[in-house]
Amino acid sequence: MAETIGMNVTQSTHPLPPGVKLPIYMDNHATTPLDPRVLDAMMPYLTGIFGNAASRNHSFGWEAEQGVEKAREQIARLIGATAKEVIFTSGATESTNLAIKGAAEMYRERGNHIITQVTEHKATLDTCKRLEKSGFRVTYLPVMADGLIDLEDLQRAIVTDGPDKTILVSIMYANNEIGVVQPVQAIGKLCHDNGIIFHCDAVQAVGKIPVNVLTDNIDLMSISGHKLYGPKGVGALYVRRRNPRVQLAEQINGGGHERGMRSGTLNVPGIVGLGAACEICQNEMAAESAREAELRDYLKNKLESALDYVQVNGNMEHHLPGNLNMSFIYVEGESLLMGINDIAVSSGSACTSATLEPSYVLKALGLGDDVAHSSIRFGLGRFNTKAEVDYVADKIIDVVQHLRELSPLYEMVKEGIDLSKIEWAAH
Amino acid sequence: MAYSEKVVDHYEHPRNVGTLDKSSAEVGTGLVGAPECGDVMRLQIRVNPETQVIEDAKFKTFGCGSAIASSSLATEWVKGKTVAEALSISNTDIVKELSLPPVKIHCSVLAEDAIRAAIGDWKQKNNVAEASAVAVAAH
Repeated sequence: MAETIGMNVTQSTHPLPPGVKLPIYMDNHATTPLDPRVLDAMMPYLTGIFGNAASRNHSFGWEAEQGVEKAREQIARLIGATAKEVIFTSGATESTNLAIKGAAEMYRERGNHIITQVTEHKATLDTCKRLEKSGFRVTYLPVMADGLIDLEDLQRAIVTDGPDKTILVSIMYANNEIGVVQPVQAIGKLCHDNGIIFHCDAVQAVGKIPVNVLTDNIDLMSISGHKLYGPKGVGALYVRRRNPRVQLAEQINGGGHERGMRSGTLNVPGIVGLGAACEICQNEMAAESAREAELRDYLKNKLESALDYVQVNGNMEHHLPGNLNMSFIYVEGESLLMGINDIAVSSGSACTSATLEPSYVLKALGLGDDVAHSSIRFGLGRFNTKAEVDYVADKIIDVVQHLRELSPLYEMVKEGIDLSKIEWAAH
Repeated sequence: MAYSEKVVDHYEHPRNVGTLDKSSAEVGTGLVGAPECGDVMRLQIRVNPETQVIEDAKFKTFGCGSAIASSSLATEWVKGKTVAEALSISNTDIVKELSLPPVKIHCSVLAEDAIRAAIGDWKQKNNVAEASAVAVAAH
C-alpha cells in the first residue's frame, strides 16, 4: 500500500490489460469511428470514380449514379423503406431542418401547430424555435422521470381543428444522452389516426436497434452517417411516398436534385459509405446489440457494486444497448473527467460554459443540478472490448473514490447531514 | 479543456485535505458555493489564540479541477500567516499562480470567499473585532 500513497491518479494503479490501447474511445453517441469495411467501399469513389451522379450523358456520371442508387437501396432495406423514399443530405441536422421546416411550410394552410418534446436534440429544438418566430405554435411536451414521453400528454396536446390544428409531430427515436427509446410505434399511430405527419430523429437508433418506418408509422426520419460507423458530412432523410404521400418545401434551391427536395451535387463517396455502413449494421445488428448490452450491463454492475450513491439515468428497459448514463453523486463531473483523461466519455456538466448550466436533458428528468453535474455518459460501440470496459470501470472507481475523499458533500452526507436543509450561498 | 501544470498537480496531489474539529474555539470554518452551481468549498483554519497565526488549514472541495486547485492552494498560502495577512490574499493572486483561464476565475473568487468565511467564523467565535485582529497582526 505504501507505494500508492501520493500516487498520480492519472497513472492507473491497474496494469493495462493486453489489447487495451490508450486513450479509450467510449463516446459513440457523439460520433463513431469509420468502419474499415466502409472505407474500403468508399475508396474507389475517392480515387477513380469521380463523376457527377447527375451527369446523364457519359459513363463517369453513370458509374457515380450506380454507387448512389446502391446506397439508397442499402439504406432503404435497413429501415423498411423503398429506395425512392431516401433523400441524401449533408447530415442529420440538415435532414431534421428539411423535415420540420419543409413540412411546416408545405402544410401551413392545414394548420399552425407543431408538437415536439423537451429532450430532443438541438437540431429539432432550434428549428422549432425558428418556426415559432415565423408564427407557428409549438408545444414542447415534458418527459417523465424515466425520460419517456407520456402518450396521454401527446394525445392531449393534439389540436384536431381550427387554425391551430396540429400538422406535425417530431419525437426522437432514441435519446443521445440517456439512451431511452421512445414508444415510436404508438406515437406514429396516434399521429396517423389524426392526420398528422410524424417526423422522427432516429440518428441514435438506426443501425443499433430494429427500425421500420412502416410498422413504426414514421413519415419523415433523420439518419446520420457518422453515428453508425459511416463517414461524417453525409446523412439521409426518409420521406414517405404512400399512405400518406408526404411533400416537403425545399430548403436549398438549385438544380432540383433529390426529386427537387434537396438541390446540390451529391456527395458520392459519402453516400456510398453511408450505404455500406447501413448494410453492415443490418447484417450484424442482432449479435452486436446483444454484445453491447452485455458489456453495458457489466459496466453498470461493476460500478454499482463498488460505489455508493450512484444512480442510472433513464428507463433501462427501453434503452439503446450501448448507452449508460450514470450520476456519481457528490462528485463533480468535470473533475471526474479530468481524472479519467485517457478515456473519452461525456459529462452532463458544462462547467466550462459561461452559464454553468448542466445538461437540459438530465434536468428534464427532474434531476437536481448537483446530480446532473455529476453525470457521465458512456457510449459503447462496435470496437469496444471487455478488457476496455474493465479498465474504464476500475479507473472510474479509483477516481470517484479519490474525489469523494475531497468532497465536503460526501463527508456531510456520511455524517447524516441533510444537504437540502443547508442554506447554500448561490454564486 | 487544457489545464495548467499547477492545476493538474494540485488535482492529483491535493494539499491539506481533511477536516478540523469545527466545534473547537480555535477553528474557523468557511463553507461557500452551492451544489447546484457545481462548486462547494469547505476551508478550515486553526488559529493560535496567542499569536493569531494560522497554524493549520484543511479543505474539502466538490467542484472542477480548477476549484480543487484553488482551494488546495489557498490552504497552502494561509498556513503560517496571521489572520490579517491571510485576509490580504486575493483571487487575482490565485488566478496568476494557477494560470486560470477566464471561465475559471469564479473558482478563485470562491477560494477567496472561503478564506474570508473561515476567518469570519473564527472571529465570531472569539469575539474578535476587525481592528484588534489588525492590531495583533502588526506586532
